[in-house]
Amino acid sequence: MRPAFNKTLVELAREDERIFLVLADIGFNAVEPFANEFPDRFFNVGVAEQDMTGIACGLALEGNIAFTYTIGNFVSIRCLEQVRNDVCYHNVNVKIIAIGGGVAYGALGSSHHCEQDLAIMRSLPNLIVLSPGDAVETRLLTRAIAAHNGPCYMRVGRGKELVVHKSDPDLEIGKAITMREGNDLTLISTGDMLPYVMDASESLEQNRINARVLSMHTIKPLDKEAIISAARQTGAIITIEEHNILGGLGGAVAEILVESDCHKVPFKRMGLNDAFCKKIGCQKYLRKEYGLSVEDIVNTATSVTGKKQ
Amino acid sequence: MNSDKIEDYKKLATQIRVDVLKMIYKAKSAHIGASFSMADILAVLYGGIMKVNPSDPKWEDRDRYIQSKGHAAAGLYAVLAEKGFFPRDWLETYYQDGGHLMGHVWHKVPGVDVSSGALGHGLSMACGMAINGKYKKKQYRVFVMLSDGECDEGSVWEAIMFAPQHKLDNLVAIVDYNKLQALGTVKDVLDLAPLADKWRAFNWSVKEVDGHNYKEIDDALSSAPFEQGKPSCIIANTVKGKGVSYMENKVEWHYKSPDEEQLKQAFSELGVTE
Repeated sequence: MRPAFNKTLVELAREDERIFLVLADIGFNAVEPFANEFPDRFFNVGVAEQDMTGIACGLALEGNIAFTYTIGNFVSIRCLEQVRNDVCYHNVNVKIIAIGGGVAYGALGSSHHCEQDLAIMRSLPNLIVLSPGDAVETRLLTRAIAAHNGPCYMRVGRGKELVVHKSDPDLEIGKAITMREGNDLTLISTGDMLPYVMDASESLEQNRINARVLSMHTIKPLDKEAIISAARQTGAIITIEEHNILGGLGGAVAEILVESDCHKVPFKRMGLNDAFCKKIGCQKYLRKEYGLSVEDIVNTATSVTGKKQ
Repeated sequence: MNSDKIEDYKKLATQIRVDVLKMIYKAKSAHIGASFSMADILAVLYGGIMKVNPSDPKWEDRDRYIQSKGHAAAGLYAVLAEKGFFPRDWLETYYQDGGHLMGHVWHKVPGVDVSSGALGHGLSMACGMAINGKYKKKQYRVFVMLSDGECDEGSVWEAIMFAPQHKLDNLVAIVDYNKLQALGTVKDVLDLAPLADKWRAFNWSVKEVDGHNYKEIDDALSSAPFEQGKPSCIIANTVKGKGVSYMENKVEWHYKSPDEEQLKQAFSELGVTE
């Protein structure tokens, strides 16, 4: 996903002279093509995320489109007040790119994990919050946020995530992509849990459970219609995210369900269970440790489907 | 600079102080001392230095002004009203329910580009605006007013390091060095001395002025950039509450608003009848 973003940004910068990249000393072997081709629109501010965000805001106030870019936690929480007061309050064209959502930085530990960002970012007025499912969605969303007039936050994977889409889907900010039709329950995935969720849906099929899969690449504005249709038509919902179960995709979907007439459907949030990492390991290992393996999704789906009335 | 110009600056600065007094008295709000310490600098900026157009506040070639010390909004609103950016009667709505003027600097007010209030944000945004000026080969300058207490924020020093690295000589930082912050003297809370040397050590070109001497302020602001290829910093030595004897150098006038008796005395000291 990260290469897809960087490649697309270079293409966009060729088309639009307003595009700047402002980053905080992260991006070795990833951002050089932009830096080399557009040196007067590339700023490495050093290890200074607050300054990065303020500078991007100043550029955007002057009519430019400024992308900020560093590890997920640092581009969001480290400089949260600058994101809130400078970017969102002024409602300007700053596009915040969070590299390595969830536990993508694995064995580096909790300081480098990014498991609260979606909850925090979606509470900021004016901010669009995105979490694409693979490199294809990342490429299309990078174009979409550059075209969107206003602040955006996009969380992408660290590198070599699996590509799920075999061709370009119709992709629109705020509209879930139906990856798979199904009637027995709906698995709502965000970010690069998507390949796991797709694999889980195939296993479920063998057990004669026909799961609908939605790739919810936009956390805000959330696709209310797709969620309510899923509840009515499939009667059970599971959300899957590499994020704290509090306040992210699961919380957002729960809000929609509770305020609708389909709040009694069986519903389960899968994610990181409101705790910092207690284990050391790569992303794949940690996903398993924290109940986010394909098998965990299959088991949860089987259990939730059994609760349907 | 001739004496007429100095007289004009003085007149504008007095008007700013009178309006701030009225606003803060009516609002029963705070930060009068912080508005008074920078009033003379504001008078020079808006009375003679900055290229701005009140009938076209977003004019592309205007000089930019960011008041990073957002708590001193009353001072900025006063000078903007005086210059005609918005009707003077808006000043009466400062801090009032449903009013036009928020307590801290607000970007919805004509003539204001950037909201502030949370300290330590302005200089970074100013750097972004200065980069744009260089990129688009514009002649505008970016002025940013910082408080001394604000320089406690780490984010200020991030931006102080950035600007010389990128040779932003279209950027002018002014530190309103009144030596008082919310709970005491700067020296006692978190000493900034030697402040000018610190900025110099970070590769800025620095001048120190008496922030109540119009000629010194005008000379410094007129001559920026002080050196080609370097951002300019003006350390303005000021007095918090300057202009009203009982407020000067008193830490409590960071927060207090005057009562009726104090208001009358303040008007009298400023040489106005009401």
